[in-house]
Amino acid sequence: MRRSRFPFIVTLAVLFFFYLPIIILIVNSFNASRFESGWQGFSLMWYKRLFHEPEIWRAAKNSLLIAVFATAVSLVIGTTAAVALHRFARSRLQRFHFGLVYMPLVVPEILMGISLLMLFVAVGVELGLFTIFLAHVTFCISFVAMTVLARLQDFDESIIEAARDLGAAWWATTRRVLLPMLLPGLVAGGLLAFTLSIDDFVITFFVAGPGSTTLPIRVYSMIKFGSPPLINALSTILLAVTFTAVAASQRLSRTKR
Amino acid sequence: MRRESRRSIREVLVSLPSLFWLSLFFIIPTLFVFAIALKPANPYGGIGSGWTWDNFRSLASPNYLIVAWRTIWISILSAAICLFLAAPIGYYLARVSARWKGLFLMLIIVPFWTNFLVRIFAWKVLLHPEGAIKKVLAFAGLVGPQTSLLYNAGSVVLVTVYTFLPFTILPIYAAAEKFDFQLLEAARDLGAKRFQAFARIFLPGIRRGLLTALLFVFIPALGSYIIPDIVGGPSGEMIGNKIAQRVFVDRNLPQASALSVVLILSILAPLLAVLFLQRKREKPESLL
Repeated sequence: MRRSRFPFIVTLAVLFFFYLPIIILIVNSFNASRFESGWQGFSLMWYKRLFHEPEIWRAAKNSLLIAVFATAVSLVIGTTAAVALHRFARSRLQRFHFGLVYMPLVVPEILMGISLLMLFVAVGVELGLFTIFLAHVTFCISFVAMTVLARLQDFDESIIEAARDLGAAWWATTRRVLLPMLLPGLVAGGLLAFTLSIDDFVITFFVAGPGSTTLPIRVYSMIKFGSPPLINALSTILLAVTFTAVAASQRLSRTKR
Repeated sequence: MRRESRRSIREVLVSLPSLFWLSLFFIIPTLFVFAIALKPANPYGGIGSGWTWDNFRSLASPNYLIVAWRTIWISILSAAICLFLAAPIGYYLARVSARWKGLFLMLIIVPFWTNFLVRIFAWKVLLHPEGAIKKVLAFAGLVGPQTSLLYNAGSVVLVTVYTFLPFTILPIYAAAEKFDFQLLEAARDLGAKRFQAFARIFLPGIRRGLLTALLFVFIPALGSYIIPDIVGGPSGEMIGNKIAQRVFVDRNLPQASALSVVLILSILAPLLAVLFLQRKREKPESLL
């Protein structure tokens, strides 16, 4: 039976669609022209200019700071959540717990942003880096919990039972057996939390105060008011950083196995 | 008995950090949105005292209704296009050899490691009057010099599809992986045309994946804010833009909350519908 070529053609067309804007953006970042109108020669001028923008560096520092702390806290809370969801799966409390962890994944970002803003305004917390940190931990918990939970569900439970049968106490089992087996899940969850935190714009925008600019907020105001070639250059750098990070983490996880 | 209670104490202890955090920063804030929606605004950008329905009454203005209707049709159209494209891709990925499958999956996921804002910005550049697509189309005589590809509902649909398509491909592919393709051969043997077999055997077979994919694009599209903000312009505004305008432009938090309540309720409707559909369809199968 001859198979239709249609699915293959759709797949290729969609891949073209996915890469077209990104490739044009990278090419334009090396374009000497100020406007997007045609190629006027190769140039690194936009990258040079980028280095003389202190606000970008300040924003990048803020983003990094928030991402590190949000990752650390959400990793702890998300992992305990996953362990609870896995070990006591059938209880009524865990059914509620699962719903609570799952909901932030479904709710559109703008709703999370506005509801946190309402909380901070009503309670009278000053908006700034700290409120951004609280918001980031909130959405990262769910992603970490789901990643670690998926790893837990692939586990061979009998290993833990064996440890306990051999006389290991609860803490010893956790530290010597559970955590080492969970490590790849923790690394994956941590990386996910870190990327989500570094990348988030919508929620951050709602709970950021004056002076607490993160990199995506800076990129946004450049898109709205700045010069396009500068954003092209910044985007290309961000792209390169993400690709290197992901490629490195994949390489690491491959050699581990 | 003692074992039982020790077990439940341990359960509560392990669950406590996330239960506490998500109650404080997810449930309580949502309740605040509902409460503040019923409060009057004070002229200094804060929240007044007393209770009122005015924030909901003013939602009936034609201005909001136009935007609400646009939000709904943009979300439906984007979801439909995503499913239409993702179904053949999922089918293809499930049937192609393992080597190509890995490569294609990688190629689908990689662009989405880039920053969300950067991707939307890239489209703004492409669709710009001086941009590449306009030039190609104008050269081919398909658009006049005055036609704008940017700042309308069409550009919002395009970028929404671009953003959420991978999230629809993945669940459909996962469902297609479990589909028994011999059923298709059987249908063909029994005389079904190729498209008939695809539409009447394959699509119902990956129903769960299709429903999940639908939610992955429809719900975030309803709450879209940044896509219409960057490529939409006034004629591409959605509910999310209105919420942001009430917060950032005229600092009317109660009105923003009322709009958010409407958005929350409109998200719950499709969510519950899909959960209901998946449950109803499952029961007869589990009897088999």
